[in-house]
Amino acid sequence: MSGPTYNFAYLDEQTKRMIRRAILKAIAIPGYQVPFASREMPMPYGWGTGGVQVTAAIIGADDVLKVIDQGSDDTTNAVSIRKFFAKTAGIRTTTRTADATIIQTRHRIPEAPLGPDQVLVYQVPIPEPLRFLEPRETETRKMHALADYGLMHVKLYEDIARHGHIATTYAYPVKVDDRYVVDPSPTPKFDNPKMNRSEALQLFGAGREKRIYAIPPHTTVTSLDFEDHPFERYRYDAPCALCGSSEGYLDEVITDDRGGRMFVCSDTDFCESQRTAGNKGTMLAEAPEARR
Amino acid sequence: MTTLNCERPLLAAEGLSKMYGRIIGCRDVSFELYEGEVLAVVGESGSGKSTLLQLLSAQLEPSAGRVVYTMRDGVARDLAKLGEAEQRFLFRTDWGYVHQDPTLGLRMAVSAGANVGERLMAVGWRHYGRIRGAATEWLDRVEIDRDRIDDVPRTYSGGMRQRLQIARNLVTRPRLVFMDEPTGGLDVSVQARLLDLLRGLVFDLGLAVVIVTHDLAVARLLSHRIIVMKGGEVIETGLTDQVLDDPREAYTQLLVSSVLPA
Repeated sequence: MSGPTYNFAYLDEQTKRMIRRAILKAIAIPGYQVPFASREMPMPYGWGTGGVQVTAAIIGADDVLKVIDQGSDDTTNAVSIRKFFAKTAGIRTTTRTADATIIQTRHRIPEAPLGPDQVLVYQVPIPEPLRFLEPRETETRKMHALADYGLMHVKLYEDIARHGHIATTYAYPVKVDDRYVVDPSPTPKFDNPKMNRSEALQLFGAGREKRIYAIPPHTTVTSLDFEDHPFERYRYDAPCALCGSSEGYLDEVITDDRGGRMFVCSDTDFCESQRTAGNKGTMLAEAPEARR
Repeated sequence: MTTLNCERPLLAAEGLSKMYGRIIGCRDVSFELYEGEVLAVVGESGSGKSTLLQLLSAQLEPSAGRVVYTMRDGVARDLAKLGEAEQRFLFRTDWGYVHQDPTLGLRMAVSAGANVGERLMAVGWRHYGRIRGAATEWLDRVEIDRDRIDDVPRTYSGGMRQRLQIARNLVTRPRLVFMDEPTGGLDVSVQARLLDLLRGLVFDLGLAVVIVTHDLAVARLLSHRIIVMKGGEVIETGLTDQVLDDPREAYTQLLVSSVLPA
């Protein structure tokens, strides 16, 4: 090996300290977006530069890292980030949710409940939940400071007026600790209840927008709604075609150009563990065998 | 009509001045406005009308003087000493602000119902049915067809936009409304209809209004009292009919006589 040598976990120590300070502040004020001096990372914006910096700042030599992208361990994004940390920090990686100490995620929360010794790191594209309603940053900051959140309900009102129900299905706004309104990154609203009183620490990193925020363990997280249109979880009503589970959030997979499709768990680790336990879906015979 | 508190002014300006560097915005303006009273501020362009309106509604900080407002609990407070949160709360509950250009006062990309409901949601209404009910009622009051409740204001005509802006402001039952040339930019027949509607609402709700206008007919139709401004100073004040029928100052005489007969 004569390749370049990196500092542990790629970032230099001063940068990691700066990010840790931001993380500590974020944990101290649940849901508050802390600005930080986001660095350029060796990957394009939108690929998880924020999440990678948070992970780099908190990871230690004995940590075990899992990275998921839309619930899947084997997409390009997830594989590259795992390899990135394996190379620059020499840490162990895993695809099993239960074995991981740090889980970096894009767009999903694992189905398996997380424990107190785990940290969930979200990759966040746009941290500001009010952004599409109020384009001025100065104004949105003031709205957060004064807890002036009527506008958020205007969006939900519009949904009901147009579609008859709250049609927001992802990035569904939540209120953290009864104070700050937070964008839970573009996770499906199916995952929102998992954020409430989670035993695991949840950290959010937005690289391009240069913001970090956090939800400490056991913090109340409520999804915004109306009294007569309460928050509802959404899941396509079908069992997974591979493992037969009716619990997990499903991806729709188009299988041919004649309308063929199948619904499978988006959380690949959850699906595999179901199959290892002997559960079978209707299309398992046709599917490639699960490999660990 | 509601019973009015006539013991203490709702809004009092005390020696208000605003300098933009060496340029005078307005100088030493004092007056009192009581509940249910409509005050017109007239004058030519650049006479300090809009500066005065912004000072009164706490959007500008005065260089000297102060504005005292009697809150709903009866306590008179200096506006400059209110916290930002209190100011905002006042702005969306007890006050209204009607802009000349309705695109400034409305959210053009969200439906009429949400535009009217926004203030209600901001003060904690969380029942969709009730918010929509209140919005429908207000669309009726400002003579907008209820079928248009889910349309965005972009699809509305100028007159409808202005009426929607008024509904949006009045939905929380404010006690004081600031209006900046509310009929400017509308054609004459629409102006007349809007004025008629405004007059009805103002008297039904017992609103106190500060209305800035350069149109003396608007002042004549709506206001009880009038302030004439020139070069940033108040040059004449009194009952509207008195000032307009028998102007004392030369400038006011000029203003009144320069209205074109129809």
